[in-house]
Amino acid sequence: MTGATPRILVAVIAAIAAFGAGAARAAEKVVRTPSMFDPASTPAEAIDSYTMLVVAICAAIFLVVGGLLAFAVVRFRARPGDEGREPPQIYGSNQIELAWTVIPVLIVVILALVTARTILDLQKDERPEGWLAITATGHQWWWEFHYPTLGITTANELHIPVGQATFLDLESQDVIHSFWVPQLSGKTDVVPNRTNHLWMEAREPGLYVGQCAEFCGTQHAYMLLRVFVDTKEDFERWVASQQEQAAVAAAVGPGREIFENTACVNCHTVRGTGARGRFGPDLTHLMSRTTIGAGVAPNDRASLVEWVTRPDHLKPGVLMPAMQLEPARIELLVDYLVSLR
Amino acid sequence: MASIPLADTEPRRRFRSDVLHDWVTTVDHKKLGILYIASGIVFFVIGGLEATAMRIQLAVPENDFVSPEVFNRLFTMHGTTMVFLVGMPIITGFGNYLIPLMIGARDMAFPRLNAWGFWMFLFGGLLLYFSYLGSTGLYGAGSAPDVGWFAYTPLAGKAFSRGNATDYWILGIVVSGFGSLSGAVNMIATALTMRCEGMSLGRMPLFVWMMVIVSFMILVALPPLTAAQVMLLFDRFLGAHFFDTQAGGDAVLWQHFFWFFGHPEVYILMIPGFAYASEIIPVFSRKVIFGYSVMVGATVAIGFVSLSVWAHHMFAVGMGRGLNIWFATATMIVGIPTGMKLFNWLATMYGGRIRFRVPMLFCTAFLAQFLVAGLTGIMLAAVPFDWQVTDSYFVVAHFHFVLIGGLVCTIFGAIYYWFPKMSGRMLDERLGRWHFWLFVIGFNVTFLTMHGQGLLGMPRRIYTYPADRGWEIWNLVTSLGVVLQIAGVLFFVYAVIKALRSGEPAGDDPWDAWTLEWSTSSPPPDYNFDEAPVVRSRRPLWDLKHPDDPDWKYE
Amino acid sequence: MTAPIDGQGNATAWSRGEVGTLLLILAETSFFAIFIVGYLFYIGKSLSGPYPADVLELPVVATICLLSSSVTVVVAVRALEADRRGAFLAGIFATVLLGGGFLAATALEWRKLIVDDGLMISTNLFGTTFYSLVGFHAAHVTVGLLLLALVGVLGVLGFVRKEHATRVDLLSWYWHFVDVVWIAVFTVVYVVGV
Repeated sequence: MTGATPRILVAVIAAIAAFGAGAARAAEKVVRTPSMFDPASTPAEAIDSYTMLVVAICAAIFLVVGGLLAFAVVRFRARPGDEGREPPQIYGSNQIELAWTVIPVLIVVILALVTARTILDLQKDERPEGWLAITATGHQWWWEFHYPTLGITTANELHIPVGQATFLDLESQDVIHSFWVPQLSGKTDVVPNRTNHLWMEAREPGLYVGQCAEFCGTQHAYMLLRVFVDTKEDFERWVASQQEQAAVAAAVGPGREIFENTACVNCHTVRGTGARGRFGPDLTHLMSRTTIGAGVAPNDRASLVEWVTRPDHLKPGVLMPAMQLEPARIELLVDYLVSLR
Repeated sequence: MASIPLADTEPRRRFRSDVLHDWVTTVDHKKLGILYIASGIVFFVIGGLEATAMRIQLAVPENDFVSPEVFNRLFTMHGTTMVFLVGMPIITGFGNYLIPLMIGARDMAFPRLNAWGFWMFLFGGLLLYFSYLGSTGLYGAGSAPDVGWFAYTPLAGKAFSRGNATDYWILGIVVSGFGSLSGAVNMIATALTMRCEGMSLGRMPLFVWMMVIVSFMILVALPPLTAAQVMLLFDRFLGAHFFDTQAGGDAVLWQHFFWFFGHPEVYILMIPGFAYASEIIPVFSRKVIFGYSVMVGATVAIGFVSLSVWAHHMFAVGMGRGLNIWFATATMIVGIPTGMKLFNWLATMYGGRIRFRVPMLFCTAFLAQFLVAGLTGIMLAAVPFDWQVTDSYFVVAHFHFVLIGGLVCTIFGAIYYWFPKMSGRMLDERLGRWHFWLFVIGFNVTFLTMHGQGLLGMPRRIYTYPADRGWEIWNLVTSLGVVLQIAGVLFFVYAVIKALRSGEPAGDDPWDAWTLEWSTSSPPPDYNFDEAPVVRSRRPLWDLKHPDDPDWKYE
Repeated sequence: MTAPIDGQGNATAWSRGEVGTLLLILAETSFFAIFIVGYLFYIGKSLSGPYPADVLELPVVATICLLSSSVTVVVAVRALEADRRGAFLAGIFATVLLGGGFLAATALEWRKLIVDDGLMISTNLFGTTFYSLVGFHAAHVTVGLLLLALVGVLGVLGFVRKEHATRVDLLSWYWHFVDVVWIAVFTVVYVVGV
């Protein structure tokens, strides 16, 4: 409960400052706001332009009907001297009722047709040549990404090549989640016992953020998604490095020993070693990711130390238990983790 | 009931315990109506405080005003409270109070069932809130329910919601649901069998018509929720597998069952709002309602179509193209009768001499805000757009425009309109205006901006958000609007207290209105009417006041 | 509680008791519809046995009992309307006996399923949906049976007279409803689902 009021005060001041700073501040931001009106992929663009049409129709209706309401309020308000006199009573008119039924019917017909066409365009079965397959699995509260054709498994941060159609098979290990990166595609739920599909074809390289959009328990808020759209060359480089086994330097042997002799291995995989757990994220190339805990903290040494010492502190409710190791052993363990590049 | 003397002339000593005894044992539709409304308002304050706590938490990024567990309980209790413990009792309460008065009857058809329904509702609500204390149960896990007001499985199953919190959610709603069901049976039976002489179905006030239609919707839509909740209870206690994905159960089946209730429920809550507006707008425009029979027909149409649109809450679950197109089209079709109603209200105002007293102010705000709500509703039916904004703050903004901008505003209007009848005292006009302006401005500050967060990618039900997303200013403004709304509600509470203590006497008919409830005294006597009224048109008091130009010449 | 009492000078086709009962039946129909939909949805989706085809037998006796009890309850109501007390009591107790026969048959079926076939509510989706649907129907039969027995006992004591015929008639409506639900359950569980 502590600290809320000062935080709000600070935020008010910051917000006022932000109005002044405006564009300059936007330019230095690392993360682009995940606005659906700033699309960077084929389906998101199709939705964007479709939305513009829907918004235009609705705005026109709003202006007409809202205008009539405003006119009625101004024009027909009671004036001094009206007391005791009643206006003419009008009980209804079938012609008028018919008119304002037919017009909405026409609007609905148009909207329904456009909607059907857009649905058929976006929810398609046929896949173009050279599409990339990825299986995304939702867990409480992190994402697992598996590239079946490339033999790569990673977590929370997806890499896709620019300009290539990418099809995701969405599966869940536990409850319902929802995959949503607004600039790349609309959301699709991730449902246990069923495989849903989602596709995207990114137009420009960059980092796109999103997150789980279906309430999935305590840490629903920190089930963030980062999608790196890479150039072809960057993507190939990334694939090649991910396909390698874990390179374990002799210097971090003690840390590795701790890792492999504690409960870590029950949940985590480090390819090329004895760690083969599947319950938590694959750590083979841990340091190739920019965040940990599904986006709750930057992936640096300090965060990792805190994460291993008290995961619940960084991410209350997280399913990873604290390892109860003395600080020196934690340092050794993190030495090993940061070597997993 | 026969033991109540018709004329209570003998002055009696009234002890506080007598008053309490009266209210607890009453089977009088007016007292039960007031009990329903008053408990609804108490729960409204509780639900509002829960919302306030959430808005404090979300005002700034990475806040720690509440923990994630507490936040998840807050939004679950807020949603459940507002739908089942605020909306339902208040609409039942107005129906209870007004239907017998409007049709010239002396009570509801089943007075004791009526009392039973109220107490079931109240104890259901108390059971839900008892979870804060009692749900630790044998497992030592959990407090209040934290699975969201629609409790999607498998999250609400035993495997992911240990402890008894979710069971309290189930039982609290099932028990309070009996209140709604018995209220619905009562309202239909009353309207169909208790009307006074001359009150044919075609002469019933629109309020009564709409409450009858709502009651039918309750009877069709609420039992499926009970059935689904019983299934979930079997899963949780008997090891059944209705929604257990490990045993081949389907995770989406719950959603179909829930929304088969949940979408009609939206109309069950909103149509009573239409009912209040359909009484208030004509009286303050000084004109008869435009297109009475079209209004009835449109409401019936909404009732039917609303039963076939439920899966528009589920466009993202991976339904096939055919189903998506079907539910999108059906949803847009609901917009047609709803639009017709809006036009009929506008046409009623046209050519009128509109008196902008507080009830009419709230109804005017309702028209404007419901227009926005209806249009964002059409947008959400547009499936590809829905894929972006479903489960985002855009949806939260949309349904708050329906339920606050629409329902709560009409409820406030209805309270200002009928409070004089219920209490015999006028609510202060000046305080009412403060209430109106603060509340409506605050509401729009909060919920117009909330559309923005959704379009910018902010999902609902997150207890916090990273500072780099560009949502900070939007959330701050949204939270600031809450202050104005609270101030507005404080004016309302003060106005009610002031009116009860020293309000100006209302007289029988303070608004110069036309329906039968205004022909009896304020508050009405125990048996409502000294002699059973006889009506010849839809506006019996208009006929009385304008003998030269009565309605029955034109209907 | 019946028609003439409203005394509002209003000729209504239905008494409030009739309207109330019909609305109760409407709500109950909606409740059962969901269980029936659930049953139909999960037909053939159990991951392990026992499966319906292996263990279910057509409940012929139970069905005959329940369907014929709808006839006897009508006999009872008609008799009461005609003020023939003996026939009324005979009809009511015949209905109670037939309803009891239905419940007994259901109990024997469940005993076989639980003890011999090892089917519990938690065994598989079939057990889950079967016991819920059939059990809820049996619970409604039990409620109806208790009410009918109460009417019977009151009748023996001489408290049920001709003027109560409309109320007993309403109870018979509920009993017919339970019967109709059984026809739906029978069709879904023992015909479609096997």
